[in-house]
Amino acid sequence: MPLLEISQLKKSFVGPEGDEQRIIDVNYFTVASKTQIALQGESGSGKTTFLHLIAGILRPDSGSVLLAGQQMSQLKESQRDRLRASTIGYIFQNFNLLQGYTCLENVLLAMSFGRGVNRGFAESLLQRVGLGDRLQHYPRQLSTGQQQRVAVARALANRPKLVLADEPTGNLDQRNGRAALALIRQTCHENNAALLIVSHDREALSQFDHVQLFSQINQTSPREVPA
Amino acid sequence: MTIWSIVWKSLRQHALSTCVTALCVALAAGLLMSVWSVEDQSQAAFTGINAGFDAVLGARGSKLQLVLNAIFHVESSPGNLAWSDYLDIQKNPNVALAVPLAVGDNYRGYRLVGTTPDFFDKSQYASGKRFKVMPGGRFFDPTLREAVVGNFVARRLGLKLGDTFHPYHGLIFDEKNQHSETYLVVGLLEPSNTPADRVIWIPLEGVQKMTGHDPNAAEDISAVLVKLKGGSALGGFQMDMMYNKQGNRLTFAWPIGQVIAGLFDKLGWFDRVLTLVSYLVAVVAAGSILAAIYNSINERRREIAILRALGARRVTVFAAILLEAASISALGACAGFGIYGFIMMIASEVIRAQTGVVLEIFKFDSVLLWGPGALVALGALAGAVPAFRAYRIEVAQNLAPIS
Repeated sequence: MPLLEISQLKKSFVGPEGDEQRIIDVNYFTVASKTQIALQGESGSGKTTFLHLIAGILRPDSGSVLLAGQQMSQLKESQRDRLRASTIGYIFQNFNLLQGYTCLENVLLAMSFGRGVNRGFAESLLQRVGLGDRLQHYPRQLSTGQQQRVAVARALANRPKLVLADEPTGNLDQRNGRAALALIRQTCHENNAALLIVSHDREALSQFDHVQLFSQINQTSPREVPA
Repeated sequence: MTIWSIVWKSLRQHALSTCVTALCVALAAGLLMSVWSVEDQSQAAFTGINAGFDAVLGARGSKLQLVLNAIFHVESSPGNLAWSDYLDIQKNPNVALAVPLAVGDNYRGYRLVGTTPDFFDKSQYASGKRFKVMPGGRFFDPTLREAVVGNFVARRLGLKLGDTFHPYHGLIFDEKNQHSETYLVVGLLEPSNTPADRVIWIPLEGVQKMTGHDPNAAEDISAVLVKLKGGSALGGFQMDMMYNKQGNRLTFAWPIGQVIAGLFDKLGWFDRVLTLVSYLVAVVAAGSILAAIYNSINERRREIAILRALGARRVTVFAAILLEAASISALGACAGFGIYGFIMMIASEVIRAQTGVVLEIFKFDSVLLWGPGALVALGALAGAVPAFRAYRIEVAQNLAPIS
């Protein structure tokens, strides 16, 4: 059984003029354990919404998201929160680090909602992403690249089965973007986590053996031509 | 990392707002505790003070005025009574001790009270406690112009043993009304924490025969302090009937504590106003907590959304905001003890200066427990509104930076 299995997933939003706009219409999509999948799609094509639906942050209008054997749509919100904390690591496009917390505290906080606080593991994760000497630094004291590495360490804090990465290179220059992506892939591999990455950056995704177009799985997305 | 660390972080991040709001709570707590405590303590102290006597006999008039004048040495005397009245009550079989008092003069605003040595020798101002003079001093000789100075007066006026002074006529100090008699300070009272500390005691005749006083009233007195045999309720009742119901010339104020309790009943509205004000301040403080946190929720939407995206449940966010409000209240309540101590210090000093009654600043009163507890609960209740707002924050809509 795949780690993630999506079928007939639909999500619409009401537009500014009151008209209903379908953003997500995914017929079938799976992610197997420990695999790494890259989805390429243009901005505004619904990639973030897709990840939010997988993470249980948004509820679909219809369809199913089966994650680690649990049907998301049948879970209460609090159960989805718990499942997300323990099973999914999320690297947000804007990193979404908590500015009042140090690097270490950002990782520890994520642990407190998931499998429990393990200070040693949190420190080792930050050392692994090259921030062993920045444990007590606040996000504002770090460069953009360093902030993203904190976000990577935080995403792995609860030893997730699946890491979702939303435009992880969006705020980085090309060189740092490549390095960040390589780090995400490597750390996910080391932690036996599957990786689902969505990005519009063809260049960054070129290091993946296989890149799938988001428009191929989402019926509502405009068709794109792969690089 | 626990919910407490989330709360602590938030309090630190909003340190200025936290401090200002906590200060509001501290004011409310300090005011509430001090109003309550002053009320309780002063009522207990004033109704408990009787200078060791059960009743006061004086001219026809208000019982309260009589007691305030004779026991607390405030207010003017309702009038004089004849020496024969003193002799009559002294012979009453219900009376264990009767001590005459005469007032009408002052020294620099502190009143002179004329009495007999019985006041010091035979009475106890509290159970087992007699007035004592400080080492080197003695009580006055009733045939001489000698004075025993109350402890508070001695400290305020700097009077020492061997000092002399000229009394001034009337109960209000006026330099033009100086008497020619010279009094010698022969004793300084040890602190009794009673109104006796605020008085200069001289022989009864000293007041009666002071130059300038009406010679026709030379044998009159202002009041008689009465101690009943065994505190006899029956005796007190009989004398109450005799002087107050059957007679119409004198007033017998008995029992003293009940007369003072009547004063507190009359002043009850004032207590209620003060208590109401402190309640209102508490409500305002709770409102300030509500407003401060409620407004901060707007700028914390993204932070809350991030917490939720990391796996925090809605109830966790709700509880964190509620705890934050309760923590601000608790901080304020703790600081409130400082404000309470400050208000009590001033209040007790004022009350002591005005009446000689001493309030204990750190005496336990149940309000010291329930007051801060109620404020913390009120603060938490006020936090429920912003907590509910935080509870309802939608994660997906608020994860992007707020520009």
